[in-house]
Amino acid sequence: MIQKLIMYFQFPFVRYALIVGVLIALCSSLLGVTLVLKRYSFIGDGLSHVAFGAMAVAAVMRFASTTVVVLPVTVICAILLLRRGQNAKIHGDAAIAMLSVSALAFGYMLMNVFSASSNVSGDVCSTLFGSTSILTLSKTDVWLCAVLAVVMLALFVLLFNRIFAVTFDETFAKAIGINADRYNLIIAIMIAVIIVLAMNLVGSLLISALVIFPALSAMRLYRSFLKVTVCSGILSVLCALAGILISILAGTPVGSTIVAADAVVFLICCVLKRIGVGTE
Amino acid sequence: MALITADHLKLGYDSQIVASDLSFTVEEGDYLCIIGENGSGKTTLMKALLGLHKPLEGSLEFAEDMDQNEIGYLPQQTVIQSDFPASVREIVLSGCQGHWRNRFFYSAEDRATAKRYIEQVGITDLADKYYSDLSGGQKQRVLLARALCAAVKVLLLDEPIAGLDPSASENMYRVIKELNGAGMTIIMISHDLTSALKDANKVLHIGETNYFGTVSEYLKVRTEDLGGAK
Ligand SMILES: Nc1ncnc2c1ncn2[C@@H]1O[C@H](COP(=O)(O)OP(=O)(O)OP(=O)(O)O)[C@@H](O)[C@H]1O
Ligand SMILES: [Mg+2]
Repeated sequence: MIQKLIMYFQFPFVRYALIVGVLIALCSSLLGVTLVLKRYSFIGDGLSHVAFGAMAVAAVMRFASTTVVVLPVTVICAILLLRRGQNAKIHGDAAIAMLSVSALAFGYMLMNVFSASSNVSGDVCSTLFGSTSILTLSKTDVWLCAVLAVVMLALFVLLFNRIFAVTFDETFAKAIGINADRYNLIIAIMIAVIIVLAMNLVGSLLISALVIFPALSAMRLYRSFLKVTVCSGILSVLCALAGILISILAGTPVGSTIVAADAVVFLICCVLKRIGVGTE
Repeated sequence: MALITADHLKLGYDSQIVASDLSFTVEEGDYLCIIGENGSGKTTLMKALLGLHKPLEGSLEFAEDMDQNEIGYLPQQTVIQSDFPASVREIVLSGCQGHWRNRFFYSAEDRATAKRYIEQVGITDLADKYYSDLSGGQKQRVLLARALCAAVKVLLLDEPIAGLDPSASENMYRVIKELNGAGMTIIMISHDLTSALKDANKVLHIGETNYFGTVSEYLKVRTEDLGGAK
C-alpha cells in the first residue's frame, strides 16, 4: 500500500495535484463559514450550476483551459445575484433557482449536441461529480488553481476582521462607516472564484458539500468566529488529504471520496457535541 | 457651525409618512435626548442621521469635520442568528474597525480601548463568553461596549437602557455622562424621561407637534401645557 503511494508520489505531477487539492479545500472551507452564516449557501449552489453551464460551453469550444472561461462568467453571475438579492429579497431565491436550472439544462444540451468526444455521458458525469482523478487536470489549470487559491487565502486573512464585522452585523458596520457593500461584493467574488476552483476538485454538484461541511462541523465544536474558521480550515485540509490518498489507493473518484470524508467528520462532530466534548 | 443641522425633515417608508417638519441642530458636545411615543419615528430619525435611511424631504447637513468613521451606534434591536459563533471580545473589538484607515488588523491600542470599555460597562467576567449564551441585558451591554469603541466624536444610542436592571442602567447613564463631560456628543432615544433629562441639555420631542429646545425650557413648557407632550 505504502509502496503504491510512494510510486505515485514519484511523479511531480501527483505531488502538485495533492498540493492544489489541499489549497482549494482550505480556502473553500474558510469562506464556507461566512457563506453559512450569511445564509448565502443557496447562492453558492446556484453559482456551481452556472459554472457547470460555462464549463460545458468552454468544453464545446475546445478551450485549452476551461477555467479561463468559467471564472469570469461565474464571477459576473455572483455579482448579479448579489445585486438582485439586495434589491428584491423575496424574489432572490426564485431567480437563483431559475438561473441554476437553466444553466444545467443548456450546459447538458450543448455538451450532447456539440461534443466531439464519443463519451458524452462520461464528460457530463465528470463535470458534475469531478474528474475521476485531479491528475487529469491540464497543467495550465493546475497552476491557475494554485495561484488563485493562494491569492484567495491571502485576501481572506487580510480581510478576516472586516468579514467578521460585515457578517455579524451589517447595519452596525454601515453605521460606523465600513463600506459593507464593497465587502459584500468582495465576498461574492471570492465565493465565485472558490467555486470555480472547487469544481476542478469535486465537480459542480458536490461543491456545496466541500464548502459547507467543514464550517458546519467546526460550528459543532467551537463558538468563537476565529476558532470556528481555523477549525474549519484544519478539518477541510485533513479531509482533502485523506480523500485524495484514499482515492489513489482504492481507485475511487476523488471528489466523492473527499466529500464522503467531510460527511463522516461532520457526523463525528455531531456526536462529539452530543456527548459534550469540544464546547470548551 | 453646528455638527448636525436638520431642516424641515420628512421621514417615512414608501408612501407612509412617519414624521414631518423636524428641524433641529446638534452642536459639538451636546447631549440631545429624543423622546416620543412608540412609532413616532425616533429610530427612523436615528437611521437617517447614520445615512441608513433616506429622508423623503428636507435637508440634513453635517459639519465637515464630522466623519462617519467617528460615530458609535447602539441599535434598538440587533437580531443575530442564535448559532452565530462570536465571543464577546470579538464583538466589542469590531467596534474599533470604524476608524481604521488602510488597516486590517487590531492594534494594541484597539485592544486597550476594548478592554477599557468592557470594564466600564461591567462585563469583564463575560469577556471570554459567547454572545449566544448571554441574557438579553448582557447582550445589550456588550453592544454598548462595541458602540463606545466606535465612538470618537459622536455616540448615538437607541433606547440604551431597555432591558437593563436598575444598577446597570444607572451605570450606563454614568458612563454616558462621563463621556459627554469629556467632549463627546451624545444623541440618545429614551422613554425614561426623569433620568434621561437629568443629564441632557437639549430635547427633541417627536409627535403630532414637534418640540426642540433646551431641557429647562422643555420642562417649563410641559408643566404649562400638559397636552403638548403627552
Ligand atoms: N422598515 C420599515 N418599513 C416600513 N415601515 C417601518 C419600518 N420601520 C418602521 N416603520 C414604521 O415607521 C414608524 C416609526 O417607526 P420607528 O421605529 O421609527 O418608531 P420609534 O419612534 O423608534 O418607536 P419605538 O418607541 O417603539 O422604538 C412605525 O409606524 C413603523 O410602523
Ligand atoms: Mg425605536
